[in-house]
Amino acid sequence: MSEPAVEVHNLAKSFRKSSGAARSGGAGARPAARGLFRRKPRAAPVKVLDVPSLDVRPGEIFGVLGPNGSGKSTLIRIISTLLLPDEGQVRVFGRDVVREPLAVQRMLNRVSADAAFFRKLSAMENLIHTARLYGLAQREGAARAREILSRLDLSREKMDAEMHELSRGMQQKVALARAFLTSPILMLLDEPTTGLDLKSKREVQTFILEIRRDHGATVLLTTHDMVEAEALCDRIAVIDEGRIRACGSAAELKIAAREKVAAPSGAEPTLEAAFLALTGRTMEDAEQEKENPA
Amino acid sequence: MIAAVVKAKATYAFAERQFLLTKRYWAWEAVYLLYSLSMTLSIGFLGAGMQQLTGQQIDSGKIIVYLLTGSLLWGYLSALFWDVSNIISWERWEGTIEYTFMAPVARWTHIVGVCSFSIVYGMLRTAVLLALVTVFFHLDMSRANLPVAFAVLLTASFSFVGLGTVVAVLPLLSPEKGAQMTGIVEGVLLLVSGVYYDISVLPGWMQWISKLSPATYTLKGMRGALLEGKSLSNSLDTLIPLAVMGVVLIPLGLAVFGQGERYCKRTGRLKRSG
Ligand SMILES: Nc1ncnc2c1ncn2[C@@H]1O[C@H](COP(=O)(O)OP(=O)(O)O)[C@@H](O)[C@H]1O
Ligand SMILES: [Mg+2]
Repeated sequence: MSEPAVEVHNLAKSFRKSSGAARSGGAGARPAARGLFRRKPRAAPVKVLDVPSLDVRPGEIFGVLGPNGSGKSTLIRIISTLLLPDEGQVRVFGRDVVREPLAVQRMLNRVSADAAFFRKLSAMENLIHTARLYGLAQREGAARAREILSRLDLSREKMDAEMHELSRGMQQKVALARAFLTSPILMLLDEPTTGLDLKSKREVQTFILEIRRDHGATVLLTTHDMVEAEALCDRIAVIDEGRIRACGSAAELKIAAREKVAAPSGAEPTLEAAFLALTGRTMEDAEQEKENPA
Repeated sequence: MIAAVVKAKATYAFAERQFLLTKRYWAWEAVYLLYSLSMTLSIGFLGAGMQQLTGQQIDSGKIIVYLLTGSLLWGYLSALFWDVSNIISWERWEGTIEYTFMAPVARWTHIVGVCSFSIVYGMLRTAVLLALVTVFFHLDMSRANLPVAFAVLLTASFSFVGLGTVVAVLPLLSPEKGAQMTGIVEGVLLLVSGVYYDISVLPGWMQWISKLSPATYTLKGMRGALLEGKSLSNSLDTLIPLAVMGVVLIPLGLAVFGQGERYCKRTGRLKRSG
């Protein structure tokens, strides 16, 4: 039973940043020659993820909290077999993501901030396609899809409308339904509420709690929203520049932060303050820096 | 057993999806058919005009069918290559590529599913075009062996799927230009295969290459069936090489595609936003 849902060991991932307008301008930067074989200045690889160890326990909602560009999606993609790690191992319920991708793929599904669908197909058609890919029969898939979508308050009419006619919030619900449809024991939610209006955000959050309560699925959720992390997650890993700075429950993180810097007397520490103490900067600073690198 | 059923379902899922998308974009499909028809007709007129051009009495019906075979194959091949290369480019455009690539589906199941729809649909389109031009030019098809012509095309399709899978790697590696490259591959393939002429008119080195091209045997087999009414047993000289090439090219295509996929997953080229 104590086998971790996700087990990360010495994981590292680097990317070559070919665009990197801000960081180029060095000696070799001449205007790109045109044509088929124009040579791009080949950028050095930048390490975007460096995680010595991380365990997600079965049945918990585990949060990865960090600013934009901190490596959250990269971690999620490695777990979901969409990216290969440069170094280290990642196991999902004991199965290695590189060596046994099919076994891992069967156990998980993922929702990301941009809900991607075949826009010209309806929600139902999209979901039935997914159901078939995961080996469900057409009827079973359709029935389950309908059930989940109505639980998410999608009317019949909307289920059969082409995806591009649905609002952002509704699309995100369909994305949740698509992931949930395949009965994953590990749900990867990559900023599932980013860009949603308040009402949709609430509904999505409620659904996440329901999934865990009714189905005992493990949820790995990334977010840059402190309130969301605190409200939903049993444990939170604070990530910044690809490194995990701290890991624990929201309460534990606050205590850790208090020990690190003396909290202003009397003030109840917030997760915000904890983030500042643990990473040495505020979330806003971290995001600003990402946008205008020095 | 269960694994086989799951695979069959997944294969069908891709075929069905292609069908639904084609249906949803039916107006564009109609436009595309019109385009193919005009290309085919203009090649037909090239044959019809041969008499005026040379001032000789020639069997223009035969020339038209000869040329049309090339034109029809070109249309069929480009639709098939387009669909195969779209396995990547379309899904990248829709943004669904990551969801498809993280589904527990072997890549060959994926490719077979997409191609099986493409082959069936392509055959139908070819049959419709052939019927239209036959009426248009009052061609005499009484001697033609149509089932054998389509059997040759079907057998050749396996080789084309294999080649197409190799070509499908291009959009995986270059999102901007990859899809256009597939057109170039197709053009060169048909050039050396005698699309509108007998390969004996090609320079020696090109003839040598043409022996390795499945399109060469396809054209020869289809022309034999359409012009001389060759039977199945008389067409084995083209069917057998085509079958052998299919057996070689499909695994080769999958291997190359697998390498391309791994490269993309290592360098983060599948998709990076989000
Ligand atoms: N496919 C990729 N190719 C190159 N760089 C990438 C790729 N994906 C992510 N990155 C870079 O890696 C860093 C972490 O990105 P990401 O994991 O998307 O962060 P987050 O999800 O936390 O916003 C960023 O600097 C980003 O630019
Ligand atoms: Mg992200």
